[in-house]
Amino acid sequence: MNTSSTADIAFLLLCYFLMTTTMGSQTGLSRRLPPMPDKDQKVEDQKVNRRNIIQVKINSADRILAGSEPIDISQLKDKIKEFLTNPMNDPNLPEKEVQDIEGFGEYPVSKGIISLQNDRGTSYQAYIAVQNELVKAVNELRDDFSRKNYSKVFSQLTEEQQGIVKKAVPQFISEAEPKDVGRRR
Amino acid sequence: MSKFGGSNNKKEVPSMTSSSLSDIVFMLLFFFMVTTQMRETENKVIVKIPEASEVVKLERKDLNSYINIGTPIKSLQAMYGTEARIQLNDSFKTTDDIRDFIAAERESKSEQDRQFMTTSIRADQDVRMGIITDVKQELRRCSALKIMYSARKGGK
Repeated sequence: MNTSSTADIAFLLLCYFLMTTTMGSQTGLSRRLPPMPDKDQKVEDQKVNRRNIIQVKINSADRILAGSEPIDISQLKDKIKEFLTNPMNDPNLPEKEVQDIEGFGEYPVSKGIISLQNDRGTSYQAYIAVQNELVKAVNELRDDFSRKNYSKVFSQLTEEQQGIVKKAVPQFISEAEPKDVGRRR
Repeated sequence: MSKFGGSNNKKEVPSMTSSSLSDIVFMLLFFFMVTTQMRETENKVIVKIPEASEVVKLERKDLNSYINIGTPIKSLQAMYGTEARIQLNDSFKTTDDIRDFIAAERESKSEQDRQFMTTSIRADQDVRMGIITDVKQELRRCSALKIMYSARKGGK
């Protein structure tokens, strides 16, 4: 049988698949939305100790406010890290609770929560940039913890160890109820 | 026996065998078939995904549903304008349609996989947060809580 045409047919098929399929794997920042609040529960949550919450706000001009002062995006990560670690046991920064982590022992876990709030006019790019910085801060803390206790970076630990590190350095990012700051775009 | 020997033997260059060529191409074909996935929907909005450095990979592609948000593509701008729109499956929708969309997606997955369903928000980087907040609120109402902000890996 003359097989010289098989190559052509295969090339055609190849071209077809190249056109109709997509390659790159999907990447992104994974988040869990809070469930819709019950009416009575909401008020109580507000009373979570004030020192345990840092408010990160982004306004419609993409400016960032962390805590009570305006801040540049390049400093946000360090601010968050300081907030979460609270190295000096500052009474204004989040308290730590000694928790018994299975397979590791007792470790003072920070109770800090990052609350992210944005305006309707904030650009998506700025929002993702801030989200990214928050995740980066947590990831760096996890890396520090892993290096100190296992002398490896977080990504190289076993699944079990990663679970321990995740418990010791939790990632609490709450996306606050949106505030309607006027319906302007 | 004149075929063999003889002085009239022309020195013919044997033509290149192309029989292996098809094998090679088929191998390439299989490579692409395995590594790529079918494009399910046609993009009707322009989406330039923002960059982030801390991205994670999606675990289960098949349990993922996409919500595209962005300005309509050039050819549709005459009809739909340049305002950011939501695209679900193949058409423009409003936030009210998300409920049905999520319900349909949930229906199409098997029982034990439903809890792992992820909704991927693919939004253009210049989109305002207002529309995304609306989408997020609607997702919360449908209790589709696992979401993913699509971002591509960019070095910083």
